[in-house]
This record gives sequence, C-alpha cells and structure tokens, in this order.
Amino acid sequence: MLEAARCIVYRELLLALRRRSDVATALLFFVIVASLFPLGIGAEPNLLRSIAPGVIWVAALLSSMLSLGRLFAADHADGTLEQMLLGATPLGVVALAKTFAHWLVAGLPLVAIAPLIALQYDLPAALYGVLALSLALGTPVLSMIGAIGAALTLGLRGGGVLLALLVLPLYVPVLIVGAGAVEMAAAGLGAGAQLLLLGAALVLACAFAPWAIAAALRISME
Amino acid sequence: MLEAAGLECVRQQRVLFAGLGFALRNGESLRVAGPNGSGKTSLLRILCGLLLPSAGEVRWKGAPIRSLREDYSRQIVYLGHAPAVKDELTAGENLEIACRLAGLPFTGDSIAEALARFQVPQFSFIKKLSQGQRRRAALARLCLSESAPLWLLDEPFTALDAAGIELLKGLIAGHLGRGAMVVYSTHQDPGLAATQVLELA
Repeated sequence: MLEAARCIVYRELLLALRRRSDVATALLFFVIVASLFPLGIGAEPNLLRSIAPGVIWVAALLSSMLSLGRLFAADHADGTLEQMLLGATPLGVVALAKTFAHWLVAGLPLVAIAPLIALQYDLPAALYGVLALSLALGTPVLSMIGAIGAALTLGLRGGGVLLALLVLPLYVPVLIVGAGAVEMAAAGLGAGAQLLLLGAALVLACAFAPWAIAAALRISME
Repeated sequence: MLEAAGLECVRQQRVLFAGLGFALRNGESLRVAGPNGSGKTSLLRILCGLLLPSAGEVRWKGAPIRSLREDYSRQIVYLGHAPAVKDELTAGENLEIACRLAGLPFTGDSIAEALARFQVPQFSFIKKLSQGQRRRAALARLCLSESAPLWLLDEPFTALDAAGIELLKGLIAGHLGRGAMVVYSTHQDPGLAATQVLELA
C-alpha cells in the first residue's frame, strides 16, 4: 500500500516536471496577486504591515485553488483515473497520495516564497517564521478540502466556477485562523493557539478527507 | 466464475438493457456485440464495478463484487474506451506505473518485452505516437496480466491494424487456454470464436 502511494507521488511529480509551466503559472499568480496590493495601496508602511497576513493568505488560497482543476481532470480525460479506481490500492490511499503530491507542487512553493512576498509589505523579519509555518500547516488543509470539491465537480461543464463557489466558503475557517496566527504574533501575543488549531485541522483533514474524496470520485465516475 | 443476474442499466432516463444475465466459467469468453449506443461500454463498466447497475448484481465466485471491492479489482484487468496512458510519460513509464498500481508483477525486462511484442518504442513519449500506437501501448499491459483471471476489454480492436488484431487475438486465445475468462465488446465480428455472444439491441 505504501509502495503504491509512493508510486503515485512519483508519478505526479514526474508529470509536474514534464509540465513545468502549469506549476509556474500557479506560483506566478500568487506572486503577482500579492504584489498588486502594495502597488495599488501605495507606500503606507503601517497599513501594508497590518493587511499583510490577510492579503498573503488570500493570495495563497486563490493560487492553490487555481491548480485544483488539474488534480483529477486530466486523469479523468485520458482514462488513468478509472484505472486508479480499479487498482489494487484502496481509493482513499490513492486520493491521499494524489493530494499530497498536489500540495508538494502547488502548496510548498508558496510556503517557501511567502517570506519574500512579506518583504514587500515591510513585515518584521521575526514574523517570517510564523507566516511560513502557518502556511505550511494551512495549505495542505486547503489542498484536501479543494480535492473533495475537485472530485465532486469532475466532468461537469463549467466545473471551474462551481468548484470555486463550492470550495471557497469552506476555506474561510482556515483563512481566519491562518491569517490570525500572523496577526497574533505581530501583536506580540504568541501564535501558539492558532498554529495548534491549524495543526488539528490538518490532522482532521488527513483522517477524513481521503475517504470523502474517494466517495466523491466514485460518484463522479459513474 | 463470473455471474450476472437481472442487470438493468438506465442512462439519461433511457433503459439501455434490462433483465440481462449470463454465467461465464473458466476458459470461456463472452463477446458483447451491438450497435453504437446500445450499452456495451456501460455493461463492461458495470462488470468491472465502475458503474452500479440500476437493478441486478454481478457476482464473482458467488460473492457480489460490491462487497469484494479491491479483492475483485486485483482479479481483473479492465481496458476501457480511453487508452489510459499519459501523454507526458513514455510508453515504458506508463506501463510500469500501471503495473505498480494494479499490483501486477513485472521486471524491467518484461516491460521491454511486452512493448516490443506490440512494437511500441519504449522510450518515446505517448504524445508523439499515433492513435493506433497509443492503443498498442495500452494493450501491452495484457502481456503482463497473465495472472489476472478475468480480462474486461472495451472495444480492444479499434484503431488497430491487421497485425495488431492478430496479436491481440493470439493473446486472448492464450489467456483462455490458461483457463482464464475474457469479456470483450466489439461492434464488428473480429473472427474470434467466442463461447458466448451477447447481442445488445
């Protein structure tokens, strides 16, 4: 079972490597959206500093949603998803492996580049760690929730917009807690509680999302 | 033994077939025939468990396949309408990953041999291959699936040239000779003697 999960992660990373432009678009989208705010608002350091956590989190959230459509759609179109459903591995494990690979490609780069974005907002260097950590805990949850939506809207016409409508409201708690972690740290109150909450959400998502994704895929494939 | 009893399939409020049943024993083959839109693909998807029939059930060795899930999946090889190969991967990579996910035993040599039998270049990307070669790359999996007691093949002869059709017929005959079962759909008779023929209207 672990062998099959490793095989799927390897396959997804290989595919991402062969389609580098897809990965680059999501990352560039994040950078550009997050850079538009300082340009639009102007050089007001205090304002920028206070909106930074929220804006960076929203940009990360939109960027991670942008790449969700690809998660199952391509495999659905060429029939490889059918083969995964009929594989020797439980579908939940397949779903978890695919979502993990999606996060490695679409979420992890955001975590790495976020401190660089924070520089534009004049966020104190002491907060970079909390920002990156909150994103590192939060973006996998976004990938999991998004994967459920992507599986449900698979093969539907206009699925992209429907996916956004379905998934964005569910992202709200993660956004509030994630951005809150950075704000609390900025206020000097410590971000421990928020980070623990994000961690708990991640554990919950890991436990339940794969089965929800599997059930959604079974419905969509009928 | 594969049994189907009272199968009914409704797609878009249209009854494709109803009360369909058959029993397939070891070494037997079933050809599903019928014009386009008669439900051949739906029947094969029901038989492999991708689609739930609106009525009736499919049993494998007496147990309903719904309760067997992965245990049943391990017994079958299903090749669907889409070739199930990724454009961005080479033929060899596709075959290796497919075998790993299906839990089929393979070695580097057996993959090279399977692709050579179907005359598919192992290291060329699928997107550079023609439609017929893609089909061959997908069918090469059958060479490594000898341990699976049931093959379900949806229109396996499409896009194949005469040599490809002969090769596939040989593979099917060999598999039946090993005491396995093969169900395949086709809208024209490929000249392969099937134990049972199911004509969908």
